[in-house]
Amino acid sequence: MSEPSPNNPAPAEDAESEPRPGRVRKPIGWSTIIIAVLVAVSAALVWRRDGTEGVLDILTHDLSLFSGILPRVLAGCLLGALISEILPHEKVSRSLGPKSGLMGLLIGTAFGAILPGGPFTAYPVASALLAVGADFGATIAMVVSWTLIGYGRAVAWEIPIMGTDFTLWRILISLPLPVLAGALGRFVYVRLYPKPAAEDDET
Amino acid sequence: MSAALLIDILLWGSVLGVGLIAFRRGPTVFKASLREGAMDFINIVPRIALGVIGSGYIAAIIPQEVITGWLGPDSGWLGVASAVVAGAATPGGPVIGFSIGTVALKSGGGVPQVVAYVVAWALFAFQRVILWEIPFMPARFVWFRCAVSVPFPFVAAAIAMVIGKP
Repeated sequence: MSEPSPNNPAPAEDAESEPRPGRVRKPIGWSTIIIAVLVAVSAALVWRRDGTEGVLDILTHDLSLFSGILPRVLAGCLLGALISEILPHEKVSRSLGPKSGLMGLLIGTAFGAILPGGPFTAYPVASALLAVGADFGATIAMVVSWTLIGYGRAVAWEIPIMGTDFTLWRILISLPLPVLAGALGRFVYVRLYPKPAAEDDET
Repeated sequence: MSAALLIDILLWGSVLGVGLIAFRRGPTVFKASLREGAMDFINIVPRIALGVIGSGYIAAIIPQEVITGWLGPDSGWLGVASAVVAGAATPGGPVIGFSIGTVALKSGGGVPQVVAYVVAWALFAFQRVILWEIPFMPARFVWFRCAVSVPFPFVAAAIAMVIGKP
């Protein structure tokens, strides 16, 4: 049998049931279920192709990867929590909230572009911004800016592999995209969720 | 290795810096946010585990040839569209993504198509979404963000067609 059926993450997830203000964590949502099914199917296919050994090979490799990642995940979580604690909420919702206009999208873009670290910082920090009053638009601008014009990946990977010319040119092309994505996000969001719904009853 | 070290220094340096600011606001604020960060960490570990282990298996069943096939010599908008699919489906980290892009450029792939591939990879690479974005962000945000981002690899390709090669 293929033993790595997805280690069911349900029990640990909802250990703390009282919702913290602003930060909503679904215990186990559809995304987790879809991923778990996808993983189970893929593992079964690997098992059929490569046998138990192939399954174990990937498992040991990924477990060592996992243990290497954990300290960074901890750092990212601490960073997100600290930032959401020290940022003044009214100020954030004024400069990154739904009514922040083009300026908010530009601030989100700039923030994403200068954010240090990798995905283990970008997503916890984006989540923290969302929790303290940034809207989807500004947060989308930040995430898209981090992934498209952030210097971290460009310096570490893209320039060495694809060359400086291509990278700079690609970043130049990407410059307007975070603001456009944020604007489109806002445009769609307002029409999808017309009322300024209370954030807290989203289960 | 040194790049990884630099990342760690930057990362923990930022934690320290922000932690110092929080500490000066008062020990209660500081302790509360440390506790909150630790709780987040505990909550997220199972999801990260599922993502890390899971994406290894998903990547194992997507042969690289399939990706390079999608990023084939098709020119025009059809080529852009299949480059976008290839970018989203590329398993592995930045080394693989950018290497595939480089190979495509060298073997005669169109520049707009390669730009679309790289941008789509940055926006949608399934491994990053599964491994990082979904565990850390509200799921509703992730799907919304992905849906809203769909036009932008095409926009990037269009800009590349207009302004020409690097």
